[in-house]
Amino acid sequence: MIIELGHYALVLALATAFVQAALPILGARLNDRALMELASSAAIACFLLVAFSFAVLTFAYVTSDFSVRNVWENSHSLKPLIYKISGVWGNHEGSMLLWLLILVFFSALVATFGRNLPETLKANVLAVQAWIAVAFTLFILLTSNPFARLIPAPGEGKDLNPILQDVGLAIHPPLLYLGYVGFSVCFSFAIAALIEGRIDAAWARWVRPWTLAAWTFLTAGISMGSYWAYYELGWGGWWFWDPVENASFMPWLAGTALLHSALVMEKREALKIWTVLLAIMTFSLSLLGTFLVRSGVLTSVHAFATDPTRGIFILAILVFFIGGAFSLFAYRASRLKAGGIFAPVSKEGALVFNNLILTTAAATVLTGTLYPLVLEALTGDKISVGPPFFNMTFGLLMLPLLFAVPFGPLLAWKRGDLMGVAQRLFAAVAVGLVVGCVYYYAMNGGPILALFGIALGVYLIAGSVTDLALRSGLGKVAGNVAWRRFSGLPRSAFGTALAHIGLGVTLIGIVAVTAFETETVVEMKPGMTVDAGGYTLRFDGMRNGSGPNYSEESGHFTISSGGVVVTDIWSSKRLYQARRMPTTEAGIRTFGLSQLYVSLGDQISEGGIVVRIWWKPMILCIWGGTLLMMAGGFVSLSDRRLRVGAPTRAKRPKTIPVGAAE
Amino acid sequence: MNRLLLAFFLFLASLGPTFAVNPDEVLSDPALEARARAISAELRCMVCQNQSIDDSNAELAKDLRVLVRERLANGDSDEAVIDYVVSRYGEFVLLKPRFETKTMILWGMPILLLLVGAATLLVAALKRGRQSRGTPLSDDEKEKLKKLLQP
Repeated sequence: MIIELGHYALVLALATAFVQAALPILGARLNDRALMELASSAAIACFLLVAFSFAVLTFAYVTSDFSVRNVWENSHSLKPLIYKISGVWGNHEGSMLLWLLILVFFSALVATFGRNLPETLKANVLAVQAWIAVAFTLFILLTSNPFARLIPAPGEGKDLNPILQDVGLAIHPPLLYLGYVGFSVCFSFAIAALIEGRIDAAWARWVRPWTLAAWTFLTAGISMGSYWAYYELGWGGWWFWDPVENASFMPWLAGTALLHSALVMEKREALKIWTVLLAIMTFSLSLLGTFLVRSGVLTSVHAFATDPTRGIFILAILVFFIGGAFSLFAYRASRLKAGGIFAPVSKEGALVFNNLILTTAAATVLTGTLYPLVLEALTGDKISVGPPFFNMTFGLLMLPLLFAVPFGPLLAWKRGDLMGVAQRLFAAVAVGLVVGCVYYYAMNGGPILALFGIALGVYLIAGSVTDLALRSGLGKVAGNVAWRRFSGLPRSAFGTALAHIGLGVTLIGIVAVTAFETETVVEMKPGMTVDAGGYTLRFDGMRNGSGPNYSEESGHFTISSGGVVVTDIWSSKRLYQARRMPTTEAGIRTFGLSQLYVSLGDQISEGGIVVRIWWKPMILCIWGGTLLMMAGGFVSLSDRRLRVGAPTRAKRPKTIPVGAAE
Repeated sequence: MNRLLLAFFLFLASLGPTFAVNPDEVLSDPALEARARAISAELRCMVCQNQSIDDSNAELAKDLRVLVRERLANGDSDEAVIDYVVSRYGEFVLLKPRFETKTMILWGMPILLLLVGAATLLVAALKRGRQSRGTPLSDDEKEKLKKLLQP
């Protein structure tokens, strides 16, 4: 009975979304207040209904109600509670319901915190959000119903794919969706601006926090996914340029560009049309990602052809929203008046350069991901586009951008002094080169490119610190004055610096691991030792064990340095009973920022087992850097200027028309 | 029947994510082995979803790894080995497609977009520059300005 209630709540949500999609927009046209205000209540009601429906599905999973087909297919009564809950979105139907839940959650947030928004803008934004909600609710109800029953109910479930039975699944998809779907708000704002044919700096001030929030969550989701793949898949890689990864990386690149162009629009009223276009593109890439992952078109064109209903439905959604948005853009964009003028060398110019490179990078990843599909469909030729292609093209594109990053914050608005900035960054370049050389020397040489890679990373960090130091007048004014100025800097300045420092840290991690990781593959018998990364590993033997729904074999390794035992590692292979599927649980030990990674292979001879040992120098920098980027996002978000709904301070210069934000 | 089932499960278990290069495949010459690894990372495992033969533990990937090493040990150059693998398995095996007519758009896209973007920006900057410069003052206006500025 409760299951049917959940299903019914979803149908009601669809009806509510229809109301929210149609009436407020009419109200905005007719200037009818009552109709416009309907949007907020409808958005909140819709959110509550979908949340109830989601709670019901979660309840079915927690109680292992195998009369629900979805639960039977993806759960098992012996599964630990946390995996029963995360299993809700560990499958197609459930993950689409989570997608929808987050979408209507964002609508409800706009409805609640958007009190200061101009009435018509708010009504239009919520209406566009509702169109998306209608499309996806219909998709779930018509093609992917998670509440379908199975009669008679089986006694036991088929269990969740063992690779997914991990805390990673509990965190990664919700974060990723918060990012992905968060960009829907930017999209809705863009469409609403096009519908109204009006856009101003206040609009940009509204869009920025949503972009920032979505971007921060997407950063978290992607890096979490990367770490998960790193420790779970058992071959030590952390980024594979897999189409599924690319699907989330493209909106991230476009979103990063949007974050920067919205800044220009807010401060200088320039790049209006471009910012709107970018907002549309970013969410279009999110939708495309959803299509690629959910339609099965990636595994093979044939998987798509055998069960095309879902794929074609999402494709229709994709065509409707992307096509519709771009048509509307082509039709109305000329109405948006261009604003502020700036010289090519200026902060605006630097941010335009950022946008040029990031959008090109996003387009490159998009082309690389879709090219094999399109080529096969058109000519029948099968080609592969894999990591070597992406590393080469993406890497080359990123180089000039990375070098330019510290210039952006230092250049002045309108007209900047390139030579002056270069002089001020001289110290940062020097620090970078020195650290690069020292590290290179400490590693006893290696590829010479690694030296410059490390130097570039350190230069990014030092350059961001330079910006903060110059802004607080360090060295020019007395220490306590500089400190006062430093603590008085706007939060967004710290946010920028943190995010750029994070980028440098991630780069250092990537370069160090790529250039200096060592890999040892050996067959080991108990008592044998192997050296890796300056440590000695002794294989002590195997032990059999079991968990709630799996059995495992674990190998024990003692790690010593200079004859002294430092620590030990357990590395395991598991066999999950329900699906008879094996997984590796790599043994990982952290030393500072570096890690030893031990993975077990096949048993070859009596008592001997193949062991693969990696030394991953500085690898934690990769995710440490993304953590810093996220911190930068949150710090920026807490800037008074951006805080959603915060009243405007009198101190702020009156260059921005305040009227629209009241 | 039970034994058959057990055999089947063992077979499934052997497909799991154990890893790729095994100690018995490794060449004794480290330089040659390094070349073999570099080549392997560029070749696709045909039966896997998105793995190079270097990362995959599938039988086919193992055969290919051994084949690459055999050719290298026979004194083939890197290109010759790759050409040989492509002649046997088709271009699908290359993770970095070659530059030819059908991959022109793929390889050209980044450069094309950069050029188009840069050109658009240049045109826009020139237009803006003309706008911001405005019309110079006439002699009359200069005269007036001089008077105004005099104390």
